[in-house]
Amino acid sequence: MSDPTLDKLPGGYKGLASDFGSDQTLFKGVNWGKAMMWVFLLSDTFIFSCFLISYMKVRASVVEPWPYPSEVFALNFLGVPVPLLLIAIMTFVLITSSGTMALAVKYGYERNRKLCALFVFLTALGGLTFVGMQAFEWTKLIFHEGVRPWGNPYGAAQFGSFFFMITGFHGTHVSIGVIFLFIFARKTFRGDFDNARRGFFTSMKSDYVAIEILGLYWHFVDLVWVFIFAFFYLW
Amino acid sequence: MSKDYNDNKTIQAQSSETISGGGSGATPDDIDYVKPAEVSDQDLYHGHSFITKWVFCQDAKVIGIQYFLLATFTGIIGLILSWLMRLQLGFPGLASFMTAEHYYQFVTMHGMIMVVYFLTALFLGGFGNYLIPLMTGARDMVFPYVNMVSFWMFFVAVGVLMASFFVPGGPTGSGWTLYPPQAILEGTPGSGFGIILMLVSLVLFVIGFTMGGLNYLITVLQGRARGMTLMRMPLTVWGIFTATVLAMLAFPALFVSAIMMTLDKIIGTSFFMPTILQAGEMLEYGGGSPILFQHLFWFFGHPEVYIVALPAFGIVSDLISVHSRKNIFGYRMMVWAIVAIGALSFFVWAHHMYVSGMSPWFGFFFATTTLIIAVPTALKVYNWILTLWRGNIRLNTVMLWCLGFIVTFVNGGITGIFLGNVSVDVPLSDTYFVVAHFHMVMGIAPLMVIMGAVYHWFPLVTGRLLSEKLGKWHFWFTFLGAYSIYFPMHYLGFVGVPRRYFEMYDSPYMTSATGLNEFISTAAFIVGASQFILIYNIIKSLKTGKPAGKNPWKANSLEWHTPNVPPEHGNWGDKLPVVYRWAYDYNVPGAKEDFIPQTTPPSEVKEAQVEKT
Repeated sequence: MSDPTLDKLPGGYKGLASDFGSDQTLFKGVNWGKAMMWVFLLSDTFIFSCFLISYMKVRASVVEPWPYPSEVFALNFLGVPVPLLLIAIMTFVLITSSGTMALAVKYGYERNRKLCALFVFLTALGGLTFVGMQAFEWTKLIFHEGVRPWGNPYGAAQFGSFFFMITGFHGTHVSIGVIFLFIFARKTFRGDFDNARRGFFTSMKSDYVAIEILGLYWHFVDLVWVFIFAFFYLW
Repeated sequence: MSKDYNDNKTIQAQSSETISGGGSGATPDDIDYVKPAEVSDQDLYHGHSFITKWVFCQDAKVIGIQYFLLATFTGIIGLILSWLMRLQLGFPGLASFMTAEHYYQFVTMHGMIMVVYFLTALFLGGFGNYLIPLMTGARDMVFPYVNMVSFWMFFVAVGVLMASFFVPGGPTGSGWTLYPPQAILEGTPGSGFGIILMLVSLVLFVIGFTMGGLNYLITVLQGRARGMTLMRMPLTVWGIFTATVLAMLAFPALFVSAIMMTLDKIIGTSFFMPTILQAGEMLEYGGGSPILFQHLFWFFGHPEVYIVALPAFGIVSDLISVHSRKNIFGYRMMVWAIVAIGALSFFVWAHHMYVSGMSPWFGFFFATTTLIIAVPTALKVYNWILTLWRGNIRLNTVMLWCLGFIVTFVNGGITGIFLGNVSVDVPLSDTYFVVAHFHMVMGIAPLMVIMGAVYHWFPLVTGRLLSEKLGKWHFWFTFLGAYSIYFPMHYLGFVGVPRRYFEMYDSPYMTSATGLNEFISTAAFIVGASQFILIYNIIKSLKTGKPAGKNPWKANSLEWHTPNVPPEHGNWGDKLPVVYRWAYDYNVPGAKEDFIPQTTPPSEVKEAQVEKT
């Protein structure tokens, strides 16, 4: 990480001007893939923002009453309905997987092949658990509570529409992330980054930076979940 | 693919480049000094079969040509649809197969094809892919594999779109804005499979474009040559770069609205669907917000106008500068104008919705922001004219297209000021005045730039010049013809002729419109047909055109200074270019020749009074 040529660059506002005025790269020392992931996440932020703003707009203008989330999302535990129990566990699992991802990135930069692979694998398991619990939540809502995308017994039909669309879109993100995490756990464990082995599809060599890029995506998916959690379950 | 990979065929990283420093300037005190390379040379996959070289190719130049050809193909479909529409409008009843349903379907498909699948794909996918790596001095796009997938996603998107012509019910006929609720309700043509395929195609297009867009952005930001600062980049790159930023932030709104409308259609959600009575029956829908769709659509739709216009602005600046042998007037202002237009374009979308029912204060806000855009655009127009002023103008085909663009753009821009004001827009809304306005400003004007760019860069791509004689015929037919089509439409709009009407029958104001409609239609047939002059010119010149040699226009920018013309995969051979100046050192006092390429070190042109860039 500590590239000696980067330390010589000016800091503060002067650094900003010098980076924008320089040749070759704008973000000094930033890997291409990493820059790409940041730009992609910016674009993805706009997608999720559009989803959430549409949800807020429709929720504000719809005539029928909006279902009360504490009741709809309650889980019976020892015969007592506990509001948000499942969601709390899901959120806990996902945030924990962010922690294991951060450790994977750390061990990646230490070039600790085995521990890096282990933590990427654990992150993937966390993601898989999350998706599994989401599938359970959906099943419960659809088959036991009768919530459907086009209507539900609690009130405004748009409740189900937005819930399934947005959590579904987020769940797709998590699932894609899980697939990539498993692939990269294997790649890391096999030592692709140490032997500069070429990728199956792209025929390009990769580096432990790939783990950090994957980490960026994973943390983003977590961050989005925090917003979905706040807007759907707490509002 | 990794199996047949051959290590010998890659260009290996050249760390020696860092040490030798390329050229004589090795120390910071030397006038030729350029900072050493920060990034090791790019590792490229070189195709060695027909499939990897020409089909699933990872070379940005081939991908650019693929985008160009496919976009042109869809553009020709759009052209044919416009002929059919004009046939109906000019000579109602002449074509017995034209029903009102067909007419609406053709209007819709013409609009969507031309805006998204033709202009956007051509400028960003076509010119972007071909020119960005060459003009910034990169070996290729930074992620060639993703770039290749981007094109094939576009290919599938076009395939899905074209498939909608052949499904039961035909393509959607809801107008290119696809406004719900009518877009997905029975009674609108193509409200079954047609609209679903359209939405799926748009989603695929956005996914494919995002892959390409990431490439364009990161190549410009992180993959430039040594010495290529942002403020030395040709304006073409600035235009395409800023348009890509807009696309990356605007397409999400289209993506989201397409997904929501698909769900409304297929599984019966009511995101955009209010309570509706149809034929005396209550539909299942209720509680949704049609206005929400309009906001989402135009949050995409307005930046989309600039996604098409900004690359055109950039390209035309370069063409004008090269062919009037003069530096571009106010380069930095041109860059900032592009950036300012791009930023402002996100705050004007509701000027498309003045008649949708909005708080008057909203209209006031959006009218103000809309008119503010006139400032940077006017600045650009003045700068183009000032670039021409006292230039050594070569009145060749390329320059004719550029002049045509300036005139047309001013014309379309001025009618934009009419439509940007709420009180003027309301009576003109949904008349032919609007049609005339946007065809002038985002149809014909960018198209003229595309034509100019084709005549300008054809020698680079193929090594042969296009015929000037045919080019001038092509220009005059198109220029005069386009004005014959769209000038009378302004008048029709003032008279009050509504757009999107299949036939006017015996409406009182139609008596004066009938003759004009016949005239417009005839002009449209001629203009459309004259585009085949270009196609003939291209086919003929590919075989028998005059060999262009290196740099036939004596241009400065990097794409003309590759070791091979046309450039090969990897663009630069063994040695990456080093850039010492901007791309606009034309007719510099004291210089031996009237142009100084970007790669010429200062020590070779000591006597010339170059601008410090």
